[in-house]
Amino acid sequence: MKETSYAFSGDLSIVLSGEAGQGIQTIESMLTSFAKKSSYGVFATKEYMSRVRGGCNSTEILLSRNRVGSRVDRIDVLVALTPGAIPHLRRRITDRTLVLGEKETVVFDGLVDMPFSSIARDVGGSIFSNTVAVGAICALVKLDSDLCEASTRAIFASKGDEIRDKNVLALDKGYELGLSLASKVSIDIGRPEADPEDIMLTGAEAVSFGALAGGCNYVCAYPMSPGTTVLTTMAEHSKKFDLLVEQVEDEIGVANMAIGAWYAGARALVTTSGGGFALMSEAMSLSGMIETPFVAHIAQRPGPATGLPTRTEQGDLDLAIHSGHGDFLKIVLAPGDLSEGYELGKAAFDLADRFQSPVLLLTDQYYVDSYYTTAAFNVDPKPLAPRVVTGGPGYRRYALGSPDGISPRALPGISEGLVCVDSDEHDEGGHITEDPEVRKAMVEKRLAKIDAAKRAAIPPRLYGGEGGGYSHLLLGWGSVKGPVLAALAVLGRKDIAFLHFPWVYPLPAGVSAYLERARSIFAIEGNATGQLAALVEAETGHRIDGRILKYDGFQFSTEELAERIKAALPKGGAV
Amino acid sequence: MSDNAFDFNEKPDIAWCPGCGDFSIRNSLLGALKDLGLSQEKLVMVSGIGQAAKMPQYVNSSFFNGLHGRALPAATAIKAVAPDLAVVVEGGDGDIYGEGGNHFLHACRRNPDIALFVHDNMVYGLTKGQAAPTTRRGMKTPVQVFGVVADPINPMALAIAMNVGFVARSLSSDIVGTKELMKRAIAHKGLAIVDIFQPCVSFNKLNTLQWFKGNTYPLGPDYDARNRAAAFAKALEETPFPLGVLYESDERESFEESISVYREDKVPLRERIRDPRALAAAIAEKR
Repeated sequence: MKETSYAFSGDLSIVLSGEAGQGIQTIESMLTSFAKKSSYGVFATKEYMSRVRGGCNSTEILLSRNRVGSRVDRIDVLVALTPGAIPHLRRRITDRTLVLGEKETVVFDGLVDMPFSSIARDVGGSIFSNTVAVGAICALVKLDSDLCEASTRAIFASKGDEIRDKNVLALDKGYELGLSLASKVSIDIGRPEADPEDIMLTGAEAVSFGALAGGCNYVCAYPMSPGTTVLTTMAEHSKKFDLLVEQVEDEIGVANMAIGAWYAGARALVTTSGGGFALMSEAMSLSGMIETPFVAHIAQRPGPATGLPTRTEQGDLDLAIHSGHGDFLKIVLAPGDLSEGYELGKAAFDLADRFQSPVLLLTDQYYVDSYYTTAAFNVDPKPLAPRVVTGGPGYRRYALGSPDGISPRALPGISEGLVCVDSDEHDEGGHITEDPEVRKAMVEKRLAKIDAAKRAAIPPRLYGGEGGGYSHLLLGWGSVKGPVLAALAVLGRKDIAFLHFPWVYPLPAGVSAYLERARSIFAIEGNATGQLAALVEAETGHRIDGRILKYDGFQFSTEELAERIKAALPKGGAV
Repeated sequence: MSDNAFDFNEKPDIAWCPGCGDFSIRNSLLGALKDLGLSQEKLVMVSGIGQAAKMPQYVNSSFFNGLHGRALPAATAIKAVAPDLAVVVEGGDGDIYGEGGNHFLHACRRNPDIALFVHDNMVYGLTKGQAAPTTRRGMKTPVQVFGVVADPINPMALAIAMNVGFVARSLSSDIVGTKELMKRAIAHKGLAIVDIFQPCVSFNKLNTLQWFKGNTYPLGPDYDARNRAAAFAKALEETPFPLGVLYESDERESFEESISVYREDKVPLRERIRDPRALAAAIAEKR
């Protein structure tokens, strides 16, 4: 076995790899929580197979002096809990990777033997081996031992004294094991300076908190990865927030139930993935026709059909935009980071209420499952006021005459005004009609809302190229935001700017102005065809010069994206 | 001027064929709503698509006329959000048992406090004469040109198997009898189903009013509707089909009584205002 020493400075990438059910989540949650408490910036993302036991999964944890928003390919420290970890991650392991594992389990030239299990057995059983591993890693990255010990005590406080004390002992033994490697391994992330007020949460939690800020009080869904995490998050908080959470028999029932809930005065959220959303298509159309709000969160995964159930992709923008038959307004939002998840989760509810139309929140597996440290969300002390009226006698649900096509929405059973909604074409009172003049007026009323929504759109956000000083413009939506910003930081080129669309559809007015200034335009998307690029080309008439696409089921890493941007763009030059 | 708040002062332009059983069912429904003394604004009629599903158009109340087959999930939510409202779902055999079959099964499981009136004419009307899930075996239609080969759904046996607390069947021409069943169904706490046989004068030449009259009989006063096993056996009887309340039980909690949001607080969900400090606290826990 070769003797090597390892030295790391700056951001540290730790990868934990094991079989499903082996407990890498325990190690991950303890380690990230201790690092966060030590004021490090933390970013964690996982990739997992579509199976409950076995296989090989991994979690990547980036520790930094401050906030960090993208994954890397590089592995500094690999904790291998299964022999499969080495072949599973072979493309990312280099001779600079410190590989930790048990020599009885993991075969790797250069493995640093970490007898987690035998130490755990001394403590009281192999069940403690994950805590031993946590202790060892904490020592290597120089987290304060008292802080780690106190935090471990708190985590296991509810499990009884014996379990708690044995875990603390396991942590201490692991910590000693980590210290024993001091001569061989040196890690210097730098002095942590993240704001202790920062919060650390998943994308699923950010979207859920946003929905709650938007007044969500009804959640219904049929479980489908990766959309289920929002369902379980909401269920977990259901008591605290008076939430009605219902698992429904199928996605068709889900969508119709949510629209019924909105009609009666609730603020309902559904959560699903592309395949489930495909089943909601007719209900999208119903929401458009009866002008009753509908909010759907779609965590995308690779398709077509069942595709890769636990992997990530941005392949459902076209589906979202074209969902539902007939002409009607639908708004598509896509958060690029956690704070936008909160902002847009909240906005989705207000927009659905205001425009009495469906609003779709597009995320993806990478987005919902990743978690990291970010600035705390600002909660408005005033609850968001519902945009409903009290209908008096003679109330007509679809009263014409408003230039933006929006008729005041009343709720049934609140006053003597009857609230009649019909999926057939209807008159102002909501009753079926085939009168061509009424039909025309109702179509135009619904179309007017599309124009009104475009005027209300959240404009795309420009990063870099301040004052319009850029030659090359990158376009992106949703979760590519973190990787693009990280890649641009690596490239350090002032002639490249990035235009990110939190509001994707209908495409906000004013996009052309950004495109006109660029010498070349590239779209960066996690799909195989460039669905945003096609939308921008169709809506603006501008040509997109190139598409940097990824569709292998994984998110771009910082390094990969930096390389691909460099290769795609003409050489840098004067702006 | 009608003396029934649920009827219109001006006669509505009704889209049903002359002689359709739907007219009688409407009379029964209007009578039931009036007799129960429901307040007009506290009723929501919910339906899907089909001739029967047009019923809300002809009742002077709030309504949600949604998609084919999807009335029950919408109605379940409406009742859950506003339990102070009376919710009546009306639809045809194709709407409720065909396109909406899965929702029907799961509505039986959830047991929302909804009255479900199914117009069962054993044929598709609005799409012009194809087989329905309740069409008798062998009937020829423009699509099933060699005759229907699948067995019909037995909605009564299905509902009793699912332990629905009020399961009844009537014949549309018995306006008073149907009205009385509707009143009991609306008053029942939990899901209540009345399957109403009706002739389709345009598309079903086999199961005519005369056929229904000759192939049904009223359950007698000595029939015990509280015995579930006996009720199930009764529900399996065909030609003649028994009419009346096949099964009745008030054992089960309704969906609205069971769900956590109403366990401690009876204020309708839609009337509650959440304190934003709870959210601020939950976010602060992520520090």
